[in-house]
Amino acid sequence: MSDLTVFLINTTIKSIVVIGAMLGAVAYSTWLERKLVAHLQVRWGPHRVGWHGLLQPIADGLKFIFKEDIIPTEASKFIYILAPTIAFIPALLSISVIPFGSLGFFGSHAVRFQITDLNIGLLFIFAVTSLGVYGVALGGWASNNKYSLMGALRSSAQMISYELSLGLSVVSVLLVAGTLSLEKIVELQSGTWFGFIPKWNIFVLPLFISFFTYFVSAIAETNRVPFDLPEAESELVAGFHTEYSSMKFALFFLAEYANMLTVSALATTLFFGGWHGPAFGPLWLQGLLPLFWFLAKVFAFMFFYIWTRGTLPRFRYDQLMAFGWKFLMPLAIANVILTSFVVAWKG
Amino acid sequence: MMTFDQILFYALAVIAVLSAIMVITRRNPVHSALFLITTLFCVAGIYLQLHAEFLAAVQVIVYVGGIMVLFLFVIMLVNLETLSQERRFNRQWHIAILVSVVLLVEFGTIIWRGKAALQLPANQPLMDTLTTNNSEQLGVVLYQQYMLPFEIASFLLLVAIIGAVILAKRRLSSDGK
Repeated sequence: MSDLTVFLINTTIKSIVVIGAMLGAVAYSTWLERKLVAHLQVRWGPHRVGWHGLLQPIADGLKFIFKEDIIPTEASKFIYILAPTIAFIPALLSISVIPFGSLGFFGSHAVRFQITDLNIGLLFIFAVTSLGVYGVALGGWASNNKYSLMGALRSSAQMISYELSLGLSVVSVLLVAGTLSLEKIVELQSGTWFGFIPKWNIFVLPLFISFFTYFVSAIAETNRVPFDLPEAESELVAGFHTEYSSMKFALFFLAEYANMLTVSALATTLFFGGWHGPAFGPLWLQGLLPLFWFLAKVFAFMFFYIWTRGTLPRFRYDQLMAFGWKFLMPLAIANVILTSFVVAWKG
Repeated sequence: MMTFDQILFYALAVIAVLSAIMVITRRNPVHSALFLITTLFCVAGIYLQLHAEFLAAVQVIVYVGGIMVLFLFVIMLVNLETLSQERRFNRQWHIAILVSVVLLVEFGTIIWRGKAALQLPANQPLMDTLTTNNSEQLGVVLYQQYMLPFEIASFLLLVAIIGAVILAKRRLSSDGK
């Protein structure tokens, strides 16, 4: 086989596996969310469909497919249909550069647990995720409905504002790592200090602050509680997706969870050592453990996401904007300057 | 027989130019904005073909993810019904024609004189292109060779930001009176 065929087969299989796993994870995050929030509020949550409601996502999926698909008569039809797709595709695309394990061996073939390693990996993720806002903005505009438009405007204003601090908080990681390739950023976080503190970026001194700014702005980017203003149902009916029904609504819904997963995976990669973790046991186990550590860390972040949703109330809109522009952004800029000094001092 | 790269280039170029034409011919500003986004994407694709990954990514982040979102934002905020009935030509069209003619002459000269006109000052490759990537090279060139122009450009941007804030503030305070 020529190099090109090997590459094509390799990438196709990896893409199918990763996208399949991602979609499965997205479906089961909805289950996790409902179940966890229910238990946080001393309820049972879904428990009729399957054991502890485990088949609920499949039932929901089927329900979405068979619901009537309504397109408002006043909507601009093409953009109305296009918007959910624009929201969904970037959410899936950004997972393609995230490394979720070390090298694995299938026979004589060495396979990287990552669809592709771009030397601008981090920029690629930011470029792709910055497109998600179009799905929201265009969906709200094309619905031709006041609530949708207001929701869309709120949402895009919020996403643009918090994207700045999100980008700035990652700059300090770049300064320390000196590379944009996610694979190399993970590699640099291997090993330990004094034999027990892992060399993760979160334990590097000024990067703790950038993790804080990163995660707060990431929660705002993904429109989650306490920053879920775009879909504040008590004020805006449902926000930008008021008019959407059936599978189109489901796409917006899935995009939100896929974005949460991406943000968690990126936080793991940038600050928590990616797939690094203690490796032990026989050889086959050592090959699989990195994957396990990666998934465990991502799960921890997802848990945190849902936990905050069960705990915190919603911000007021002016509080949200003031927090983003007057606190988070200056903090992120100050942190970039601090990190540059530390990096320069260390040589 | 064209190579794959050539086919890709011509496809991107044709789509870019066609959507650029659509930008100025559509009546609905939202459609214009969407076509402009398409053009910007195609240009980013052409950057990628030139192995300028950094530029391509930044093009998408800054123009598509930032500036065009703001454009769209403004278009959605203003009332579209009244906008589509307004006259499309305003008082600035004299200046617009002047600028377009200058630009046309510039491009015409470049095309007429051919490739020789595009010879930029000799630029020795600073590093081995195989071992260092595009972002690294750009950083070194920008922060060592062209430090002063870079700083001046960033200073100009800062002035523009402050100017924008002052303009917006003034309108707010006059509304309050």
